[in-house]
Amino acid sequence: MHHPPLANTRSATGINTAKLATWWVIASEIVIFGGLLVSYLLFRLHHTEWAQEAEHTNTAAGAFNTFVLLTSSFFVVLAHKAAEEKNGAKAARFLGYTILGGLTFMMVKAYEYTHEIQHGFTMFKSVFWSFYYTATGLHGLHVMAGMVIMFIVGRDAKKGRNLHRVECIGIYWHFVDLVWIFLFPLLYIAK
Amino acid sequence: MSHANTNEHATEHSHPNYFKIWMALVALLIASVLGPMIGIPWLTLITAFGIAIIKALMVAAYFMHLNVEKKYIWYILLGCLALMIFFFFAIAPDIMNHSGTNWHFIEVTQPAPSHGGH
Repeated sequence: MHHPPLANTRSATGINTAKLATWWVIASEIVIFGGLLVSYLLFRLHHTEWAQEAEHTNTAAGAFNTFVLLTSSFFVVLAHKAAEEKNGAKAARFLGYTILGGLTFMMVKAYEYTHEIQHGFTMFKSVFWSFYYTATGLHGLHVMAGMVIMFIVGRDAKKGRNLHRVECIGIYWHFVDLVWIFLFPLLYIAK
Repeated sequence: MSHANTNEHATEHSHPNYFKIWMALVALLIASVLGPMIGIPWLTLITAFGIAIIKALMVAAYFMHLNVEKKYIWYILLGCLALMIFFFFAIAPDIMNHSGTNWHFIEVTQPAPSHGGH
C-alpha cells in the first residue's frame, strides 16, 4: 500500500512542502551564483584588460546554448502543465525533451572547453579564465544534476506517480536557465 | 489524508500562452546578440544586460509562475537577493581600491597572445 510522505500533508504557509523546499534551494543558489557573478563583475570592472581575454570566448556557441536552455525551459513548463492535467505520460515526454536540451547544452560546452583548452586558454592562464571555468563549470554541474533528477521524476510521472514533483524540478531547471541568461552576456557579449 | 490541497498551488491557475512567451524570449536573445555588433557602448549595455534582466523577469514570472505565487516565496527570494547585494557592497571597497597597506594595483597591459581566436 502506498503511504504518502508526511511532507506533503503538512503546510504552515499553504504552499506544498516540496515546492517550498525547492524555493529554499533556489534562494540559496541565488547567493551561490550571485556571489560568484558579483565577484566576477567587480574584478571585471577593475580590470578593463579582461575584455581582450573575453575576445576568445565563442559567442555563437554561447548564443546557441542560450537558445537551447530557453527551449528546454519551454518544454519543462509544458511538462508542468501536463502534470497539472494529471497527464503523466505527456509530462514525462516533455521532461524527456528537456533532458535532450540539457544534453545538447553539455555537448556544446564540451566542444567549447576542448577548443579553448587546446588553444591554451586554461583555468590557470589568467583570473578571467579562472572565473570563466568556475562559473560555467558550476553551472554545468547544475545542468547535469538537473538532468538526473528530471529522469527520476519523469520515470515516476510516466507511471502517474508524484506528479507534483514535475513542478519542483521545473522550478529548478528554470533557475539553471536564469543563471545562464546572466552568464551569457557577462562572459560572451561583454568584449 | 488530504495532501494539503492547500498545496495544489497557487496551483490551479490559468496558463499563459507559453509558446508566445518562448517566441518573445528568442526574439530578445537575437536582439541581445545583434545589439553589441553595432559597436555603440551604451547600446551594448542596454541590449546585452538590459535584455538579460527582462528575459530573467519573464522566465521568473511566466515559467516559474512567480506572478501567482504566495508572498512567502517572494520573502525568501528577496531576502537572499538582499544578501547578495550586501555582499557586493561589502567587498567592493576592497576590490576597487588601487592600493592598500602592503600592496598596490598592477594593471596588466600586455594583451593575451592570440591563438587564432573565434
